[in-house]
This record gives sequence, structure tokens and C-alpha cells, in this order.
Amino acid sequence: MFKVILSRIGQAALVMLVVSAVSFVMFRYVGDPVASMSRENAPIEEKQALRRSLGLDQSFVVQYGGFLKRTLSGDLGISYRNQRPVTELIAERLPATMELVIVATFLSLALGIPLGVLCALRPSGAAARLVQAVSLIGISTPTFVTGIVLILVFAVTLGWLPSFGRGQVVEIGWWSTGFLTWSGLKSLILPGITLALYQLTLIMRLVRSEMIDVLSTDYIRFAKARGLPMRYIHFRLALRNALMPVITVTGLQIGSLIAFAIVTETVFQWPGMGLLFIQAVSFADIPVMAAYLLFVGLLFVIINTIVDILYAVVDPRLRARSA
Amino acid sequence: MNIKLAVTLSVAAGALMSASAEAKTLRWSSPTDVTTLDPYAHTESFTTSMLHHVFDPLVRRGRTLELEPALAVSWKNVKPDTWRFELRRDVKFHNGNPFTADDVVASFARLLDPGARARGNIATVRKAEKVDDFTVDIVTDGPYPLLLNDLAGVYILDKEWMEANGALKPGNIATGVTTAASTTAVGTGPFKVESYKPDAGTNFVVNPDWWDKPQHNLTRIEFKPVKSDATRVAALLSGELDLIAPAPLQDLGRIGSASGFKVIEEPSLRLIMLSLNFRPELKAMPGQKNPLLDPKVRQAMWHAIDMETIKKRVMRDKSRNTGTLVAPPVPGYAKENDAILAYDTNRAKALLAEAGYPNGFKVKLNCPNDRYINDEQTCVAIAAMWTRAGIQTELQTESRATYFPRQDRGEFDVSMVGWATLPPMDGFSVLSSLLAAQKDGHGGSNSSTYTNPKIEELTRKSASELDETKRRGMLVEALKVAHDDVAYIPLHQQPVAWAVRDGVDVPQFPDEYVRLWFATIK
Repeated sequence: MFKVILSRIGQAALVMLVVSAVSFVMFRYVGDPVASMSRENAPIEEKQALRRSLGLDQSFVVQYGGFLKRTLSGDLGISYRNQRPVTELIAERLPATMELVIVATFLSLALGIPLGVLCALRPSGAAARLVQAVSLIGISTPTFVTGIVLILVFAVTLGWLPSFGRGQVVEIGWWSTGFLTWSGLKSLILPGITLALYQLTLIMRLVRSEMIDVLSTDYIRFAKARGLPMRYIHFRLALRNALMPVITVTGLQIGSLIAFAIVTETVFQWPGMGLLFIQAVSFADIPVMAAYLLFVGLLFVIINTIVDILYAVVDPRLRARSA
Repeated sequence: MNIKLAVTLSVAAGALMSASAEAKTLRWSSPTDVTTLDPYAHTESFTTSMLHHVFDPLVRRGRTLELEPALAVSWKNVKPDTWRFELRRDVKFHNGNPFTADDVVASFARLLDPGARARGNIATVRKAEKVDDFTVDIVTDGPYPLLLNDLAGVYILDKEWMEANGALKPGNIATGVTTAASTTAVGTGPFKVESYKPDAGTNFVVNPDWWDKPQHNLTRIEFKPVKSDATRVAALLSGELDLIAPAPLQDLGRIGSASGFKVIEEPSLRLIMLSLNFRPELKAMPGQKNPLLDPKVRQAMWHAIDMETIKKRVMRDKSRNTGTLVAPPVPGYAKENDAILAYDTNRAKALLAEAGYPNGFKVKLNCPNDRYINDEQTCVAIAAMWTRAGIQTELQTESRATYFPRQDRGEFDVSMVGWATLPPMDGFSVLSSLLAAQKDGHGGSNSSTYTNPKIEELTRKSASELDETKRRGMLVEALKVAHDDVAYIPLHQQPVAWAVRDGVDVPQFPDEYVRLWFATIK
């Protein structure tokens, strides 16, 4: 068992090394920060001196080596754009993104599961058809369009909800939360829905197909034959069994929600990590981009490693194969 | 546990304000954010304009952009290379410390540090010396006529505060040094920073002890960056903002027609032009002589561009076409230089034939797609017009992050350049950076390697000419040479367009700075 966990962690470390190398190679093509760091009438010498002082004139291997060494010692560097430590910037933005993801995940589960069950139980009913059609729109409309439409309807036309920002936040230690103020909660609604929409439709469709599968299995038929109440059969027996893959997918989706909240955060000026990353890209702020990609890579690696280890714990066949 | 209610804080601040006057809050938004509160750690004009609300320079730009006394009340040249400034008395920093010559000397020492990013803003200043508590000498490398222009961008920090917070030296990325000045701003300006949250918002409250008589009636400014154009416009229309600067060109019609809002606009200092490659060969035609070296070809290319159509179709009639390389408010502008070569495809074809290219030639046109207003669309139009005139143009557009480094390395045949002559706001910057060859600290952006002996001479002479009339004459003369020689093809002057709700009165400036100490709201 211990050996399995150790090998999984070893693989994870290897993946992280590859992620860091790939992201570092990418930076050779995102541009040169010196142009955006210099004033308009800077002479050539000034720009070259800046390039030298940032170490950008050195070879790729030397730059990457230095980057690895610093990263391993916990130093993610200083942002070129605002000259603050990158770790500090990320810690500042993490709460905003996490709260948005929590709301989006909650919304997608709270709406996706009941709607999926509805569609599975009455696949040809009018309600199910409507939900299916709407979900098709939800899955095929780009996030920024959904976001802008929501803003136009609920902020500009109706004036019910704010169009951007987090509203007032309360600071608890280093964590800032929007859950404790009225304006903070109102601000979470539109971006939360925008971010949740794709995942909501995904979960709904997954629950529906799993439920239909489970409902046609023998033990459900036997349960019906036994005369158990339909409510008990649907929700205690069928749904529970259908939820296993939903949990796995939700877990993995949380990772991608954090990583891909970029568009939603840009549309709603949500001061999270995605917005930080977008601004870093347009400035060619390499330390911030590198840290963000490492962070997202780490997130996926951790989630996947936990899932792998859990599988090994649950399923003895996997343990035997790797041994 | 440290629970700090932002709500209570702002309510408390609001209550304090209303004790003196009725609270007047201006909420405004821009696509970019304040990068840092440290004025010496960046060279961005947007951040400079924001920080001007908190800090004062020795001399500043007034309502018509003329230079006027700020923290210095008067100045004179004691020697050609030494300027003596008499400082304003009874000025206090936001923390209550008095402003003296020591603060000026410490601020200049900090800015002259090799680690200061904005060091180049005062490249010719050698040192600042205290004469007495309210007199300072500034020594330059030889006679330097643009010192006051440069000083308008040098904000003065409090020496005691810098000492107490370990911020006497600027932050430096190369050595990994960060300072308290990145997130705290203690100045003498009309507003104090109340809170600074990158990407979320920066709030200012009025400084009741400002040394100058306020022309504004604001008690509070709430700045919120909103990157997405559509969201920014929506937030204005839904009443969450009072001012957006800039307002996206494609939405001006909609904002103007909405009741309760108006668009304010004027031409900015930023001129858009095409840079031409003067190297022996073009990228598009390797192994052959570069046709752009022939002045007739350059004239033909200018004649082939229909700027009126670009103005109407691409810029929605908001731009101003130009024939010279500086905007009218900038020293060095002369009406006689501002002559556009008329759009005439036949004339262009005839000139090409005279130059020995009756069948035209091939050229590459490179443009950014996220830097200037409608930059990509402008280039698409130009590429089509040139192709019609027989110059087969291959257009490539890309993001600013990759575009500008390539331009700097001289990889382009023809490429788009925008120039606002900022921060000095003087035509000399065009001579020194765009027209002079890359030598002796000149030619910083002349990657096209244009060289002209007359311009070389005038650049060096005007750099140290203290007689303003003579100096301006030299700038005009040099820009005439550049015009007749078609060193660049000038296109248009970008518009500055802002949108406000009714009742907000904010003056606009062609340098695109937002100066809210001139703003009033109802």
C-alpha cells in the first residue's frame, strides 16, 4: 500500500517537472516584458540594461535552472508588473476565486441533480424536454456571451444585481469573504451562475443517463416487485448508485473551474486568480504566469493523485496490478 | 481573531466626511488598474496619472497643460546646468510631516538609484542638493531645456516616512527587493489613498489640508478597474459608475443616445504612423534592393492611403488625420508641416513607375491588434489600398506583448507606431527617439534605422538650446525635413472618448490623464 502511494507521489512530482518545463518554454513565445516595462522614449541601452538585470539575456537552460532552484526553495519571484511577491499576489486573489467556485459547484449540484432525476424519471415529459433543450443552449453558449446577457438583463435593464466586482468583503485574517455582507452575496449571483452553467448541464446529463441505466437494472425491478414505495426506490436506491460517477466528475471539475474561471472573472471583473493571470499575459509578466500555471498544475496533480490513491484503497485489483 | 469590517470602516469614513461637507463621491472605471503605489517603480502613464491625485511634483501641468508652480514656487538657472528651486512653505504630507528640502533631496536620490524603474524619466539629472530648508539645486548633465517637463512627472515622497518604513531605496525586481511604498502612498496631494486592492478597487478621500485651493467638490473617489469593455459600459448605464475613461468607440453611439449619460471626447496627443524599413533589404523581398529607400516610393505609399475613408469607416469620424509627426498642442508642431499627401492612386502608380517599379513590389505590413484604437482594422484597410495601387501587401497582426519586442529588433518592413511624446510632452521626443539614429542615447525607438544628417544635427543642437524660440524653430525645421523626406507616414490622431452620467463635469486633457482635482459633481 505504502509503495503504491509512494509511486503515485513520484509520478506526480515528474508531472510537475514537465508542467514547469512546458510553461517555461511557452514564455519564450509570449513576448518580452521589457517593452511594457520601459517608458516610451527609452534609449536602447536602457532597455538592454533592464533585460540584463532580469536575466533575460541568458540561455534558456540557465534561466530554467534558476527558476527551478528558486521555486523549490519556495520563492516564486516578484511580479514584473507591480513589483510585489507573487506568492502574496496569489494568496490575495485565492479567496475570491475559491468562493466563486464554491458557489458555482453548489449551484450546479443543487440544480443539476434534481433536474437530471426529473429527466430520467419522465424522459418524454414536457418538463424534461424543455430542460433538455435549455441545457443544450447552456452547454453550447460561450461563457462570455452568457455573462454579458446576464449583466444586460439583471444589472442594466432590471437593476437588481451589480454588474461587476465582489461588493463589500469582510476580512477574516488573510481570507476575504463576500458571504457575510448583503452586497457581497448579491455580487456572487451572476458570476456564480455564469461559471456554473456548463457544469450544471454536464451534471444534469450525467445524472440522467446514470439514472436511466440504474433504473433498468434487476435490483430496481425486484424492489418495484417487492412493492417498495417509488420515492424510496428512486431516491434511496437508484440515485445513490447513480451518484458515484457524479462525485468523481465533480471533484475533477472543481479543478477545472478554478483553472478556467478566467473568462468569467474577466467579464465580471472578479478580482481572482484568473484576472491576475489575464493581466499577467498582456504584460508578459513571466513570474506571475509561471506561478499560476504551476499552481493549476499542482491542483490537478493533487486531485488526481488523491483519486488514484482512493481507487487503490477501494479497489484491490488496482493494488495487485501495480505491485 | 482579527475581524475587520470594511463596511464599518467606510461608514465611519463617510461620517467623518459629512461633518465638514456634503459627501460627494465620484465612482470611475478604466480598463487598466493602478500597477503600484510606488511612483518610481513603473513607467506607465495611467498609473502616473492616478498617483498624481496623491502626490505633487515640483512643477505640474495646469488646466491648459501649461507648466505651473506646485511644490516649487519659483525657479531660475543659476548656471546653465544648475537650476535653483524655491520650495513652497507650510505644506504637509498626509501623515502630518512638514515638507522641506530634505524630502526633495531624498526623493531624487531614490529616483536616481540604478534600481529605480523610472530612473530614465530624469535621465539628464545628475543630483539634487539642499541649499537651505526651502531651496534646492538640481544639477543636469550640461544645459538641458526640458528639465521642467521632466520634473512634472517626479512626485515627492516623505523622507521621514521612507526612513521609518525602509523605503529609502526603490524596489528592484532583479535583486528581489520590495518596499512598503508599493502598497502605501504618503504624499502631499489633493487626495489620500484610503484603500488599495489590486483589480478590485482603489479608494481615495479628500485631503482637507491640501496646500492649493481646491477647484473640485469631491469628498471621495472610488476607482474600480473593469477590463471588459461591455461590462464597463453596462456598469455605467446601470448607475454603478459616474465616469468611464476611456469609453469604447463602438459603444459611443449607444451611450450618447441613453438618457442621463453623455460622451465627452477630444483628440489625444497620440499620433499613429507607419514606420518604414530603411535597411538594405526587405523581409518580403530577400536578395533584392529595398524599394523603400527611394523617396518616390515612400511618397507613392503615402498617396495610396485614403485616410478620409479610414477616418469615416474605421474611426467612426472620431479621429483627426495628420500630415506631421506631432499633435497641435505639442511644441514643435507647425501648421505648414501638417500637410497630408492627397489620396491619389494614379499619382501613386506613376511615382512607382518613375522609381522603376511599374508593376509594384512586395511588402509586409505588421500591426498590433490590442494597443491602439482600431489598430488592426486600420491596417486591414491600408493593406487593401496599397494592394490596389500595385504594392502587394502581406498583413500580419499580433498582440502587443509579442509585437513590440519584434519591432524593437527591427524585424518589420512596414509597421504601426503610436507616439504621444509623453511624459515630456515636447516634439524633441520625436526627434530624439524616432528620427535620430541609434547613437549617443538617441534613436531608442528608431528600429527602422532612418538616418538623415540634417536631423542628426538638429537633434543634438536642440538638446541643449535653452532659448525656447530658437529651440522650437529647430524642432519645426527637423519635422519639416522628416515630412518632405517621408521618414514616417503619419496617419491620424487618436481620439480620447470618455462617458459620464449627467451632473458630472470632468475636464479632458489630450494627454489622456484623468485629473479629478478639476472635477465637480452634482
